[in-house]
Formats: sequence, C-alpha cells, structure tokens
Amino acid sequence: MPAAIEASELRKTYPPDVTALDGLSMSVEAGTIFGLLGPNGAGKSTTVRVLATLSRPDSGTARVAGIDVIADPLHVRRAIGLVGQKHGGAPEATGRENMVAQGEFYGISGRELKQRVGRSLERFGLTEAADRPVKTYSGGMQRRLDIAMGLLHRPAVLFLDEPTTGLDPEARVEMWREIERLAGEELMTILITTHHMEEADRLASRLAIVDRGRIVVEGTPAGLKTDLEGDTIQVELADRQDAGARSALERVAEVDEVSLVERTLYARARDGGAAIPAVLAALDAHGVKAVSVTLARPSLDDVYLRYAGRAFHNADNRTEEVAA
Amino acid sequence: MTAARQTWQVTLRGIRVLIRQPAYLGMTLTQPIIWLLLFGALFKAVTRIPGFHGGTYIDFLTPGIVVMLAVSSAGWTGMGFIEDIAGGVMDRELASPVWRGALNAGTVIYAALVVALQTVLIVALSLALGANYIGGVGGVLLLILVAALLAAAFASLSNAVAVLARQREALIGAVTFVLLPLTFLSTALMQQSLVPGWIRSVARFNPVNWAVEAGRSAAMSHIDWGLVAGRIGLLAALALISAMLATRAFASYQRSL
Repeated sequence: MPAAIEASELRKTYPPDVTALDGLSMSVEAGTIFGLLGPNGAGKSTTVRVLATLSRPDSGTARVAGIDVIADPLHVRRAIGLVGQKHGGAPEATGRENMVAQGEFYGISGRELKQRVGRSLERFGLTEAADRPVKTYSGGMQRRLDIAMGLLHRPAVLFLDEPTTGLDPEARVEMWREIERLAGEELMTILITTHHMEEADRLASRLAIVDRGRIVVEGTPAGLKTDLEGDTIQVELADRQDAGARSALERVAEVDEVSLVERTLYARARDGGAAIPAVLAALDAHGVKAVSVTLARPSLDDVYLRYAGRAFHNADNRTEEVAA
Repeated sequence: MTAARQTWQVTLRGIRVLIRQPAYLGMTLTQPIIWLLLFGALFKAVTRIPGFHGGTYIDFLTPGIVVMLAVSSAGWTGMGFIEDIAGGVMDRELASPVWRGALNAGTVIYAALVVALQTVLIVALSLALGANYIGGVGGVLLLILVAALLAAAFASLSNAVAVLARQREALIGAVTFVLLPLTFLSTALMQQSLVPGWIRSVARFNPVNWAVEAGRSAAMSHIDWGLVAGRIGLLAALALISAMLATRAFASYQRSL
C-alpha cells in the first residue's frame, strides 16, 4: 500500500521564537487510522494545519494522497476532509444549509448534492435536527455535523484534530464508535490528534508521540506497550523532594528508569511486586516518607513518560506556563 | 458558474442572518429613517446660508445621507470574518477548494444589497418629506447604484482589515477612525462652494465625495452625464481593486498561521 500521508523534515517557527515543528517526519499507510499523541503545544495541530494546506511550513516537504501540499494545495484540498478543533458549522444556519454550502464549496450541486446531504444527515443521526440552527445543537451533535461536513465530498484522507475535546464522556464514547465505524466501512485514511491516551489506544492502529515539534516514538499501541517490559511503580511522596529521593531509588538493583515528577516517583521494574519492599526500604533509609505506592502494567502514559521524559499532565502544565 | 454558486452561498448566509434576527433586521431598517430625520432637522438651516443654491434641504441632504449610511453600514462587514476566524468556520472554508474570491464577493454583495434596501427606504421617506427627484426613476436607480458601489468598496476594505488584523478592536478602530473624516472631507452635508478650499481639494480624492457628487447629480438635478459616468467609473474601479485586495488577504492570513 502506498503512503497516504508522507511528511519529511517539517519545520515551522512562529515569531518571535516559538518552534512548533522541529524536523517532524511521518508516514501513514493508506486505509489506516493513525494517531498523533502529545500534550498541548507539542505540534500536533500545526502538523495537521500544514498537511491540510491551511498553513505553510518554513521548510520540509509533505504529500497527502500523493499530492504535494506546498506545490499543489488546491488538489490536496479536494482530496482531504478537515475536522478542526473548533466547530466549523455556521451557527446561525441550519445543519442542512451548512451541508449544502459545504457541498457547493467542493463543486457538488443540484440533485446529487441534495441526495448526499440527506443521506449524510441520516447517517449521522441529524435528520430530525437538520432544519434547526446549528447554535441550538449539543456539542456532540455539532461534532457529528462537523464530521458529516468533512466527509460530504468523500475525501481520501480525513483529519480529525482533537475530535472529542470538550465532549462529555457519553458523547465521547459515541464519537469513538462513529470513528471506528468510519474506518471499518470506508477505505479512508484517518489522521487523528489527541491528548487522551485512551482515545489513541482505542482508535489508532498506529500512533506517534509528538513532543516539542518532533516525533519521539512511533509504533502500534500494543507494540509500544510491549516494548516497555515489566511494571511501573509509582510512589506518592509526602513532601516535594529534591533529586536525593531519586538517587536513593536508583541504587535499588530491582528497578531502573527512575524519574521524579513533583511529588511522584516513577520507576520501572521487571517484577514490580517483588521490587516494592526494596523500594520502600531505600526510601525509608533516605528519610523520605511515602504516602502511597501504586503498581501498574505499562500504559501509553508510561510510553510517553519513557520517550518524552516527563509525565503527560506535566508536559501539559509546562506548555500552559509557557503560554501564560 | 461554480464561482457564482459559491458566491451566492456566502451571500445567502448573510441574508439568513439578517432575516432570522428580527432585532437586527429592525435596526437595519430603522437606522436610515433616524439618520434622515435627525440630519434633516439638524441641517435644515443649511439652505439659509448665503450662497446656498442646492434646492430644498431634503433634496440636498438625501444623497449625502445615503452615502454616509453606505459607508457606515458596509464598514462593519469584516466583523463576520473575525467571528468566523475565532470560531472554526474560516479554517473549514480555507481547507476547502472554495474560490477565495467567493468568500469576499459573497459578503460584499450582501452588504451592497442591504445598502440598496436602505437607500430605497431613505428615498421613500424623503419623497414623503417633499424631496423632488428631478432625475426621475432613472436618477434614483443611479443613486442606488452609486451607494451600492461605495458600499462594495468599503465592505471589501473592511474584510481585508478583518482578515489581516483578526481583531475586533482593530476593525472598530479603523471604521470609527475613517467614517467621520471621510464624511466631513466631502460635500455630503455642505455645498461645495461653501466648504474651505483645502477640503474641496482633498475631497477630489475622496471616494465618499465621488459618490455624493454622482448621486446628487443623478437624482436631484438635471443629470451631468460626464460627471456621473466618471464618478461611477472611479467607484467601480475602487470596488474592484478593494475586492482583489481582500481576496489576496486570505493568502496572507494563511501565511501567518
């Protein structure tokens, strides 16, 4: 199968000196769901904007559906659907009116357009709400309309930029089912960005973790987790600690890859259960008080921790601080 | 053909916003009436200034008010794009193969239609107040055309500012900054021979004044065809250049993303 998305060495800086993309390269096989996972500000959305021809990279090349995004953006636009982070529907227009305008923008018109709009509204469960203004829709309904609009012209590649952000848990699960159905029924390539581990784990057949504008690791969700043999031991400490607590743990033979994030120590162990007594003894000897100890099988969060070197929620905090 | 259909979809969106919001529609329709009554009352004495020979005050003022209203009404057109950028509408549209010119032209046509409608209202009211349209129906149609062309030019400029600045405040600033000077540096409210010489000189380059002169000549007096055709030509050229500028602004906006 040829690659539906091929990006090479994409770089993009925003003035004065924010590096959004720092040599990002990726390849997505046609007909698969590919997840881009990373904290806010990692470069996921910028990647989507470049691939969807909204934004131009400072350097690097990218081809989507075999077409060069920089040399021939118009033909890329015909081949892709974009569901952005924000709702794309005109709020004062009805769902149907939005769909019709969208169709005309893609050069579809007349009876063909009318039929497609009707079928598509039906398929996304929007028939009843079709003639109501979009601003009266719930978040989940607006998202379904966004996707219906993105699919109206039957694109070869669909970009979903954080499709479930802002949805309540019920609507999120419903959206996941919808995306799974899409992937099952249509021969479409889907690139989905998310900062939800669970979402990437469930939907993507392959995923890449993006951090600071580069891809730090790529693989199947299962493969990435298997690569991390053993368990994660997570120790909640009573007080914020300096690196001393970490070095105390590093001397314990049973564990490796120790990291300290605020008040939480993370360590990896081949056999976590057997390592816990030694871990606690080492901390005790060092005069560090532990509040709780958790043992977990590897999650994508651990994968992220391993490759991006910090916990997910913490990376989020960092970017928020930078933004503020 | 596709371009025309896409443009129409954009125009249709504006029309729907107008007719679905009764308060907005009400304000759009009452504004011309208030302007004509207020300015009419305020400037009634203008006809008593020595040297004034513009006919009755209502004959003189109506084209000036039509033109002022065209600028102030169309000047806010860019607000729609600022909202579309803040929401996700603009991203969705720019990721589609839609002709960029249609995004601008659709809103410009809508702005011109609203101004045409407002002009019809002003003309009807001024007739009731005793205006003599010596130019007849043809003259009134020319006045509407002039107002629509001026509105089109300012709608495009407003769109360009909106897409380049992307901030509400920038557009509000630009419109309020430009509206009164352009009006006062014209013969909208005062006869040409009665304004200071420097204003007369500046007014020659002021699109608002082109519209005032053409509108007044077409509707209120025996038409000076040379003047009317010349001014309409200038306004049409300005509308076209502004539209090209606004269309190019999308590319510049995308480069900044």
